[in-house]
Amino acid sequence: MLTLIVSAAVTAAAWLALLDVRSVLSALHRRGAFVDAALAAAALAATLITLPAAQALRSTWRARRALAGGDLIGARVAMAGARGSGWIALGYSAAQLIVVLAIWFFIANDLAVSRTFLMLPLIVSSFPLVLKAFWMNVYMSLVAEALVLVWGLLVAVAQLAPGEAGKPIRLIAKAYVDVFRGLPAIITLYLIGFGIPLTGLPLIKDLSQQSFVILALTLSTGAYVAEIYRAGIVGIHWSQTAAARSLGLSHLQTLRYVVVPQAVRLIIPPLLNSFIGLQKDTALVNVVGAIDAFNQAMMIASNHYNLSAVTTVAILFVLITIPQARIVERMIERDRQRLRAAAA
Amino acid sequence: MALLELRDVGKRYGGQYVLKDVSLEVDAHQVVCLIGPSGSGKSTLLRCINGLEPIDHGEIRIHGDRITGPGVDVDALRRDVGIVFQSYNLFPHMSVLQNVTLAPLRVLHQPRAQAEERAMQLLKRIGLEHKAREYPERLSGGQQQRVAIVRALAMNPMLLLLDEITSALDPELVSEVLGIVRELARDGMTMLIATHEMGFAREVASRICFLCDGAVCEQGTPQQIFAEPQNDRTRAFVRRIVEAGRLQQPTRP
Repeated sequence: MLTLIVSAAVTAAAWLALLDVRSVLSALHRRGAFVDAALAAAALAATLITLPAAQALRSTWRARRALAGGDLIGARVAMAGARGSGWIALGYSAAQLIVVLAIWFFIANDLAVSRTFLMLPLIVSSFPLVLKAFWMNVYMSLVAEALVLVWGLLVAVAQLAPGEAGKPIRLIAKAYVDVFRGLPAIITLYLIGFGIPLTGLPLIKDLSQQSFVILALTLSTGAYVAEIYRAGIVGIHWSQTAAARSLGLSHLQTLRYVVVPQAVRLIIPPLLNSFIGLQKDTALVNVVGAIDAFNQAMMIASNHYNLSAVTTVAILFVLITIPQARIVERMIERDRQRLRAAAA
Repeated sequence: MALLELRDVGKRYGGQYVLKDVSLEVDAHQVVCLIGPSGSGKSTLLRCINGLEPIDHGEIRIHGDRITGPGVDVDALRRDVGIVFQSYNLFPHMSVLQNVTLAPLRVLHQPRAQAEERAMQLLKRIGLEHKAREYPERLSGGQQQRVAIVRALAMNPMLLLLDEITSALDPELVSEVLGIVRELARDGMTMLIATHEMGFAREVASRICFLCDGAVCEQGTPQQIFAEPQNDRTRAFVRRIVEAGRLQQPTRP
């Protein structure tokens, strides 16, 4: 019963929201038979959630009748059905409520929210400029990722340098990881981007701004990736090392031919996660004034007193990370299945 | 001169001795079997001889050269001493052929053609040449262990250490692995074998060495150890394995 009331209320809210949308659209002179039809269809769809609620109510009645008739098992089956339908109605109502609230948020205050973030003409007109600047982010990500792959492995191997002879190297590598993992990327970026040109050091002071950004991102992400590599290397069972060493392979040969190739398979998912983080961190370059998509969009935003261009950047970032996130998930799932198969 | 010579070898984990004053000699072409209860130090002893574990005192010599202590090139030592592990330890990301040729290629710097030809020869000998391109996970335990033996043999070691190589195998796969070891013994390979297969030990061993609590309790010919053990611990151990049906009652001469 309660379920039915809740879903009816949510349906009513959805109708109200759709009416608002209709009035807003008519205010924008976008009213027409097509729009009305679409809105009507949406309203009808919104009403659908009352169906499982009604179903739940019917099942409850059936259960009561069965109980009165002494059919205990029939009553239990009907009640279980009622509970199932009830939960479905509640779940869908909750989701629909969220959608309705979002619609209201965007049309509130005479479309203020929509105008600020989603002004279509501005998005379209600024898109080429933003997209071109976004290539800068992509370029910096790709170069930094390639460097991080090598640099992180070097640091991880240094952290695992064996014996007394390797001790100072181990300590330096550990110190590097501690420092750069602790430093916010934006501070590393600021220090390197503004600091190195000031030092007047020959050659490196004349590098481009992008190079400083790439260097800073490599250093900060490299610390994380070194830890990921190290975890992967340590995660390979010591018996593999024992087997390799017993055949006469040196420490480095053992890492190169036996341990690291196996570790890499383990660490690809966390590595991709780090790369997604790195890609997003490229937006921090605006602190040193390099023109990337975000900086470009901010300029457009201040020129037009409107944030729609920034929304474009946001969408671009999300768009490039989604496929990567799916790849990571698929790999994790594949590894889990392989583990299960191995355990069976 | 003995090929392998251990003198007063001691090894501690923390404060506890796992090996106490172990002295042992293995001559060329001899097969010496280490037997004894679990935890008696058999595996540790083999790992020390291969330099996988450092020893705390005493010394180990191969052909008279000291191979323990400072200033010893353990990588060079390992080229001459092969070891096969209980859990095979094949490299799962490499095919059988790559497993066997890795060390000859990277350590001995053999040309690939030569290394692969030798590997195929060895694989043929154990009847697995058709598995050369397969990965270890596609092989049975017995097949994996045979490949592990071949991997060690590919380095032409002068001494082979076998660390309970049949303990992880299903019973019906044990014989195919032991068959190869038997063949190696016939061909004169010097081996030091830690094993629980008493019947096998009695058959192939030139000498049997009974370890308990990290020390050599008794050593002698299989006949001496299984038929007329002198030490109380040895006697109790032999009686238990006979009672467990792991060894047929030795017939007295």
